[in-house]
Amino acid sequence: MTVIEREILIEAPRHVVWQVLTDPAQISQWFSDDARIDLRPGGAGTFVFGPRVNQLDGPIPVDLVVQAAEPPERFAFRWAHPAGSEARVDNSLLVEFTLTAEGEHTRLRLVESGYDQVDWSPQVREDTINDHAKGWDTHLTTLTAYAPQRSASS
Amino acid sequence: MTDRSDDEELWAAIAEPGRRRLLDILLSGGPATATALAADLPFTRQAVAKHLAVLERAGLVEGHRHGREVRYAVRPERLDVAARAMAAVAARWDSRLQAIKRLAESIHRAANQP
Repeated sequence: MTVIEREILIEAPRHVVWQVLTDPAQISQWFSDDARIDLRPGGAGTFVFGPRVNQLDGPIPVDLVVQAAEPPERFAFRWAHPAGSEARVDNSLLVEFTLTAEGEHTRLRLVESGYDQVDWSPQVREDTINDHAKGWDTHLTTLTAYAPQRSASS
Repeated sequence: MTDRSDDEELWAAIAEPGRRRLLDILLSGGPATATALAADLPFTRQAVAKHLAVLERAGLVEGHRHGREVRYAVRPERLDVAARAMAAVAARWDSRLQAIKRLAESIHRAANQP
């Protein structure tokens, strides 16, 4: 229930898929409107959602931290941690892309995990938990509005 | 209560691993009291009672008085809502992966044009 795993076969070599996954100009075609990524382990980045999908509040920046950047095999980052906090195992989601060559094609595997690890100590006040859930809900709502629109137009 | 705050309460309730363990035990073992649940988990009875209160407010469990204690049972229809929310997250990844596939394949085709 709390890990998302997906695989897709792409009729293009790995270096092309790698470019689509990591090049900000390409990311804007399938994910956020704008992206900045320091493509090395520990490197910081930001996905910017909006303003089209969120005209009331303006663009929403969502921070990420690169966990792995091994072209053309593996790209992983953590995100969805509370704004202003460091991404840790217990406060963020881990997105891992694995690219496997199949002849001239690429099998792309996605795993998003961390739904189980995200933890709050019992002392954490309930309003803190609610605030966190609120922020998460907001950006997921933004993503929902965005993804189908983009994939339909590409 | 609006749908929105309703959803937030549901997400906050299931986002905590301890509460998910409680739900798992209630699902596999059937209705139980806070005392019985505390015996199965590395939590104090007081911590279990607090988690149950959050789950009850989110509508995920329902308490019924049984003698001197309250027995809690999962409300499966609310759990379905949570499962559907998770499925919606997965569906978003599906459409992103489809977009990645289309982009990569069109770049590749363009590069191979004679």
